[in-house]
Amino acid sequence: MIEIKGVHKSFGDLEVLKGIDLTVNRGEVVSIIGASGSGKSTLLYCINAIESINKGNIIVDGIDVHDKKTDINALRQNLGMVFQQWNSFPHLTVLENAALAPQVVKGFSKEKAEEIATKELKHVGLGDKLHEYPTKMSGGQQQRLAIARALAMEPPYMLFDEVTSALDPELVGEVLDTLRLLRDDGMTMICVTHEIAFAKEVSDKVAFFHEGLIEEIGTPQEVLDNPQKERTQQFLSKVL
Amino acid sequence: MDNYEFHWNVVFDAFPQLLTGAFTTVHVSVLSMLVGIIIAVLLALGKMSETKVFYHIANIWIEIARNTPALFLIYMAYFGLGAYGIHLSPYVSVFSALVFINAGYLAETFRGGFQSIPKTQYSAAKSLGMNNIKVYRYIILPQMFRRIYHPMTNQFVWSILMSSLGILVGMNELSGETQRLQSTSFRTLEFFMVAAVMYYVITKLVLLAADLIAKKVFKGEIS
Repeated sequence: MIEIKGVHKSFGDLEVLKGIDLTVNRGEVVSIIGASGSGKSTLLYCINAIESINKGNIIVDGIDVHDKKTDINALRQNLGMVFQQWNSFPHLTVLENAALAPQVVKGFSKEKAEEIATKELKHVGLGDKLHEYPTKMSGGQQQRLAIARALAMEPPYMLFDEVTSALDPELVGEVLDTLRLLRDDGMTMICVTHEIAFAKEVSDKVAFFHEGLIEEIGTPQEVLDNPQKERTQQFLSKVL
Repeated sequence: MDNYEFHWNVVFDAFPQLLTGAFTTVHVSVLSMLVGIIIAVLLALGKMSETKVFYHIANIWIEIARNTPALFLIYMAYFGLGAYGIHLSPYVSVFSALVFINAGYLAETFRGGFQSIPKTQYSAAKSLGMNNIKVYRYIILPQMFRRIYHPMTNQFVWSILMSSLGILVGMNELSGETQRLQSTSFRTLEFFMVAAVMYYVITKLVLLAADLIAKKVFKGEIS
């Protein structure tokens, strides 16, 4: 379970998160929507401590992420993350990309790491690309690689930061299909997304962020079909 | 000039001496690169440092190295330091000057290579649970090395060619040796033509070896 309690985060004088409370249970898919600059991505970065927080707590399976005593590298193994920009490692093959962290972080043998990596790569449909270099692949393929690379660490949670925003429109579908696949596997996911239709389809909960606060949260039917707050209605009328 | 007759025999007879000179050329170039690389790493770190003292030391070094003639630095090492009672041999003078310049140029190459790796590569590696050492070992340095490899090769070739300035302080590298041999035999054209070919062969061999190594080591994208 991921528990986010009263989280504040500022960049200099700019307060980006102004007190976020959110609970994500195992097996749940939570989508976070909202305008650019509303703090959605920042929250994800705070969950796996790529960014620090100024106030509040983020607890993952009982471990306080921002406690100085927490072994953050160990914790991050439980929090797979996929970024807007896919960030393939260009000097490694597709297989090496996915097998590296299981080897050097988890200490698995090369054989075992590659076995897991191969399984995940096949899962996302890259089974025929194992020995290619990612720079030769499309954005959609590289994004699926990034997903497989995170999955190879076998994390119970996955964080997705606008993973389709930087893709050409015709490539969005294949990445969303991969996310659907994970949802069907029962993966716990937090998806920051601009794909409202997708959020509606896959989410158990949708949270609408506005200026660093959760303006509205509920089931997709509640938040997306019958938004109660005026700001949610305005936002949805613009994006739908 | 119309009547100039080439006499190659004297050059072939002196070939062992030319080879010895060529060995010294390669020797001083390799050494000046190795030491230059070590200092360049420190200078690059200095140039990126928040500590003003380190920044300024690195900056002054780099500025002088990149914007003054190599010959002046060799002269300053060989003749100039004499004013302080420091008498360097021709070899050490040329070596020091090349180290100084190599370090300055390579420092900027290293800094550029380091800063050219997108910050997102760090985030991606860290999100997989890698600590800082692993991030550098497996993600940052291998990519950086590819980017600085060819500029480093060029710097090495530059060092080989610039070591010929040793001729002016009486160093016995290839040019100095050529100068000495032609002055006693008066076969100026022959000796310098052969020496030029030898420089060409040395630099081509270096570039060829560098390319072979690159193909073997750098798979995938070479940027």
